[in-house]
Formats: sequence, structure tokens, C-alpha cells
Amino acid sequence: MTTLDSTTAAATPVLRQRVLVLYLDNSALDSRVIGWSRYDGTGRSSPTAGDSDEPPYETGVAALLDGWRLIQASQLIPPYPGGEYDVSFLKHEFVFEQLVDIGAAHGAPAATG
Amino acid sequence: MTETEAEPETAATTANGEPRGTLLSSVQMARFVARGALRLDAVVPDGMNAEALGVLADGMEHVPYGTPLSQAYREGSFVQRLLELPQVAGALRSLVGPEPAVDHHAVHIREPHGGEAQPLHADSIIDVRPDAFDVQLMYYPQEVTLEMGGTLSVPGSHLRRTNETDTGRYQNLRGQDRLVCPAGTVVFLHHGLWHGGRRNDSETVRYMYKIRFAPRVRQRLLWDTTDLHDPRVNSELDVQFPWYEQAAGRLERYNRVLLWRELTGDSTFDLTHPWVTRVTNRPTATAPGSAPVRSEEDAA
Repeated sequence: MTTLDSTTAAATPVLRQRVLVLYLDNSALDSRVIGWSRYDGTGRSSPTAGDSDEPPYETGVAALLDGWRLIQASQLIPPYPGGEYDVSFLKHEFVFEQLVDIGAAHGAPAATG
Repeated sequence: MTETEAEPETAATTANGEPRGTLLSSVQMARFVARGALRLDAVVPDGMNAEALGVLADGMEHVPYGTPLSQAYREGSFVQRLLELPQVAGALRSLVGPEPAVDHHAVHIREPHGGEAQPLHADSIIDVRPDAFDVQLMYYPQEVTLEMGGTLSVPGSHLRRTNETDTGRYQNLRGQDRLVCPAGTVVFLHHGLWHGGRRNDSETVRYMYKIRFAPRVRQRLLWDTTDLHDPRVNSELDVQFPWYEQAAGRLERYNRVLLWRELTGDSTFDLTHPWVTRVTNRPTATAPGSAPVRSEEDAA
């Protein structure tokens, strides 16, 4: 029978997800950020409605450059017949994630993704 | 009072004896149509603001849905005096007309370091009336600092077709308004405006009093229209907000033009860029010299 020694256990990452949602000016990922939301699976921060006036990134690509991984982008869906001039939800939503090792022994949690 | 006994109209009252107040101008109305909000800073005197803290802490009597304004509040009561302030009365009359109905009212209290931010929402349920709107009066008796978590609102969001808290995923939008205001400020919101109470991170209890009003007359030219053709009407209606996608921002103008047409009765109104006129241009006249168009029935 084998057991994990303490060195192996300490090296096992404990991953949690941070989510960033960016709303962009058009369907291009390098267009301007017009809205943003954050959710923190590490529990170390509690972002909420109306907590900042400045976006974390100027464009979607800027988030990629900072290590965020894109996991979902809005589809481009034609307007419903008769509703071509209606305004409703923001159309260009991009969802990003970072995986954070909350088991890191020292300092700030390490983003892995 | 019968019609034959009507009081003479004065500067302070209408022929029906109602307070006229300080009516909004056309430029202010256009600003409301574009932004979905009208803010009146420090229009309530300090003495009334001090009185309000006690009145709001004690709670308000229930007002049944649909009660005409003149029957909703007791003579001399705090709320009646609030609504008779010239700028408040004039704005209310300009937006929803004389003797609107009270939909409901409520006192909102945010305890120090208490509660969570509300998800961004529009009140009630999705409401896409093209030719009428309710307004919500919000009264802030105290100075509201950023830490006190004043109401978050999103300028120009009122014409979006969304239902209640379905917008809760949106935490922050460029150009959002995190209310910071002096004591005695009154804000009127279009019923569809996205908004939400923010978290109170201060040491102070925050009070806000809200009344929703519904019109009982057609909302057409209810304000001071002497500046109806002021060029600033056009520029107010043409404003772009930082959170609009470029494409949707054009549709926002389209929808504002439709609302302005309803409010003025001018079915030809459009902006410098004729967003509505262009896409409704379907001529029926026949070009000179061209053959008459034959329908399939004629050909059969």
C-alpha cells in the first residue's frame, strides 16, 4: 500500500474559479468594454452591483493578455421578426475564467489559467 | 365645485385650483425622455428634511393602489407638503399630468454596514407601453455620500425591454450613476429605468422615500412648451451613453423619437439623423411616365 507523503500533498493544487463577464461594444473580442461583472469562487472578495465606475480592462483582448481564459461568447442571433428596432439585453457578452490555487502556501493565491 | 364655479386661474394655481408648480421646459422633458430620469438637487428645505427623518422612521400609512393624489395624503401631512413644493409639483405635473394616481409608496431604510446591493432591476414587471409611462419619485432627506450606497441607476436604460431582475448579472456599466446628492434631493425615474439600492458601507442609516405615480390623462404636451422648437431638444434626444453598444445606441434614438412623437403629437418629428423617417419611407406614388403596376389579380 502506498501513501502520499507530505511533499506530494502540499503540491496538490486546490483550484477555485474566478469569473469575469465583459460586455463589449460589438461582437469583436477586441472591441471596447462597456460593462463588467465579477464573481469570485475563492471567497476572498465579494464583487457586487455598482462597486466600480472603471472597467478592469479596456477591451476583451486586454483580459486575454492578462491571463483570463475565454469560456463563452454570445451567439449572433438575428432580431425576432417585428422586433428589429427593440432594445433589450446587452448583446455582446464574453465570459472568462481564471483558476486560482487557494492551496498556495505563501502570498497571494496563484492564478493558473 | 362645479364647472361654473371654477376659480380664476392664477400664477400659482390652475383653473381647478391645483398647484401648478414650476413646470418643466421642453429641453428638460427631452432630457427625461433620453435619460429616463430627472434629478432636482436640494429642492426640499432643511426644516422639512429634518422632519422627514422622524416621519420616515415611523413608517407611512398604506395608500391603496390607484388613489388619486388629492385623496392619498392628509391635509397638511408631510407628504402632501413635499408634493406641493413648486419644483416637485411642477415636475410631477409635467411628467404625468394633473391628479395622477398613487400606485404605491414605500420607505427604504439601509442600515449601516447592512444588507447587500440589490441586483440591477426595473420595478414591477416588463412594461413596454409606447405612449404612457409611470414615474417613481425618490426623495433623499439626507446628504448621500458614495459610502452610504445611494441608488445605482443606468441613464438611458428605460426603453430596454427587460423584465425586473433579469438584468441582475450586470454589476457595472460605463456611465452608470451612483447617486451622491445633497439633502433634500428628489429624483423622478421612468418606470423602466434600471436601478438598484447599493450596499451601505457607512456608519449612517440611509433613508429614501419612494412614491410611484400613474397618469390619469394622456401624457401629451403637459409641460411648458414655449421652447418646443429649441435646438437643445434635438441634442438632448440625440445623446449617446457610454454603456450603449454602437449599434443599439442608434436603436435607442429610434425609440426616443417614437416616444417624443407620442408626447408631442408631432408624427413627423425626427432627429438630424432621421432614424425613424429613413426606415419608414415606403412611397406609394407612381413615378411619372411609368407603367401602372398590375397586381396578380389583375393578371389572372
